[in-house]
Amino acid sequence: MKKNLTCVACPLGCSITVELDDQGQILSVTGNTCKRGDAYARTEMTNPTRSLTSTVKVEGGRHPVVPVKSAAPVPKSMLFDCMKEINKVVVKAPVHIGDTIIENILGTGVAIVATNDC
Amino acid sequence: MLKYDLAVVGGGPAGMAAALKAKECGVKKIIILERAETLGGILEQCIHTGFGLHYFGEELSGPEYAGRFIEQVRNTDIDVKTDTMVLDISDKNLITAVNKQDGLLHIDATAVVLAMGCRERPRGALSIAGTRASGIMTAGTAQKYVNIDGYMPGKKIVILGSGDIGLIMARRMTLEGAEVKMVCELMPYSGGLTRNIVQCLNDFNIPLKLSTTVIETHGKERLEGVTIAKVDEHGQVIDGTQEYVACDTLMLSVGLIPENELTKGIGVSLDPVTKGAVVTEMRETDHPGVFACGNVLQVHDLVDYVTMEAQMAGQGAASYIQDREVFENAEYISTSHGNGVRYIVPQKMNIRSKEDIKLYFRVGAVYKNAKVVLEADGTIISSKKKVKLAPGEMENVTVPADVIAKLTKDSTICVRVEESQ
Ligand SMILES: Cc1cc2nc3c(=O)[nH]c(=O)nc-3n(C[C@H](O)[C@H](O)[C@H](O)COP(=O)(O)OP(=O)(O)OC[C@H]3O[C@@H](n4cnc5c(N)ncnc54)[C@H](O)[C@@H]3O)c2cc1C
Ligand code: SF4
Repeated sequence: MKKNLTCVACPLGCSITVELDDQGQILSVTGNTCKRGDAYARTEMTNPTRSLTSTVKVEGGRHPVVPVKSAAPVPKSMLFDCMKEINKVVVKAPVHIGDTIIENILGTGVAIVATNDC
Repeated sequence: MLKYDLAVVGGGPAGMAAALKAKECGVKKIIILERAETLGGILEQCIHTGFGLHYFGEELSGPEYAGRFIEQVRNTDIDVKTDTMVLDISDKNLITAVNKQDGLLHIDATAVVLAMGCRERPRGALSIAGTRASGIMTAGTAQKYVNIDGYMPGKKIVILGSGDIGLIMARRMTLEGAEVKMVCELMPYSGGLTRNIVQCLNDFNIPLKLSTTVIETHGKERLEGVTIAKVDEHGQVIDGTQEYVACDTLMLSVGLIPENELTKGIGVSLDPVTKGAVVTEMRETDHPGVFACGNVLQVHDLVDYVTMEAQMAGQGAASYIQDREVFENAEYISTSHGNGVRYIVPQKMNIRSKEDIKLYFRVGAVYKNAKVVLEADGTIISSKKKVKLAPGEMENVTVPADVIAKLTKDSTICVRVEESQ
């Protein structure tokens, strides 16, 4: 069986074909331009993950919110739960780019970090 | 009157990269003029990741990508004036700008780099009937509300136009708990990157309705709903396909227009397709010493390409300032676009160039398994197979230096798409 995917690992968006055997084991990954595409296709078939970006409330900053991102992709099925956690947080200014906002979100081992100064 | 070797108008990724490159090339006095309160341009509100994979080999968010350049600019002696709006540039490269501190500023610059970016097409550019209820805004405005000002502009949302900003906002609003009912696209294909369709719409089961548009808005004070309808291949509404969709917010993501009022004021020629200046491979406009790069020149989808283009403009401006010989000896021919290609940047290329020249272009429709063919004087120079070509993704092809060496002033350079049989 063949499955077609669009790699979302970078804006090139390569069309990737994954060939599976009857047990759903991956036989081949083709169409990717780089190694990240191969890795993307393999996780997408087993445990799809996505990067998450959002904002967190700031007290006393130059704007009311500061942008944040997950330092690594989190399971796709947990995106909305992660959002709930992120929306509970209020931080105090000053916040710097790269500051950790949540150390380990919902036990995923992934940190939520600030992506701008505020 | 202030005197500078180089004045850069706009402090987004394009303006910063152009200024930094010119500095690296040895230009002494450089100033960046930016009307917003910080450098960074539109990237400040683009908090999603996807920036910098080509340039830094890392996936960064907009502010992080911009932050790296802001840091570099800080570490040089490039002068920066923020909160400063450029009002006019004369045909003698005299810049008039205004800010609270200095009042009216006059700057005499040997070379100018235009890097003003682009703005979104507003509602007025569309023919939607209905009231002027609140709740109708461009997707970029909504993006600023949510990502910078920290408030949600609506709960039930319809997005018109499948450009990248609309797609990104569909996901952003969904994650924040809003219900994005659908994205309507007038064309039979999306104008956004495929990856954004996948990760912003498909991931959240948001329907993308192609060949569909919004024909009417409803509601007095606040938007209550819109009427959508299918369109035929000529963009005409197909009667009987009208459908009412309840929503409190309509976001428009119907295209970007380069911000070229200043450019027109100088008297620079514009390309009717890109709506940006006509430029050479150095990104010089037809007004000597005036260069353009980034979204003001052509609407880009990848900031990495903006940076690379801006570096060409910065380098071009540096050679204009330091050694005008290249410009005096230049001989230009126009690049021409054949079947399937909508435009090429640069529109003109110097046949005395000793280096390869990259031609950037967009196609006018979606092609599968087609070839990108480069021809010089009717002879095929290269023919590259492409699994997919789409209007939403900028392509490029290189004219090698040895081919350029053989060109004369009567030569033709053409890029076209060859469809598979
Ligand atoms: C919503 C959105 C999503 C995007 N997503 C991605 C993505 O995922 N990945 C990616 O790689 N790229 C993405 N891009 C593209 C990328 O961000 C842009 O191509 C890039 O920011 C353009 O840079 P620029 O410097 O040309 O323009 P801008 O960033 O717009 O900067 C222009 C600057 O000029 C200033 N200016 C204008 N007129 C004047 C004046 N008269 N006087 C003084 N200053 C002036 C403006 O204030 C602004 O700061 C996205 C763009 C948008 C809008
Ligand atoms: S395969 Fe590599 S180049 Fe292609 S989209 Fe994925 S990450 Fe980008």
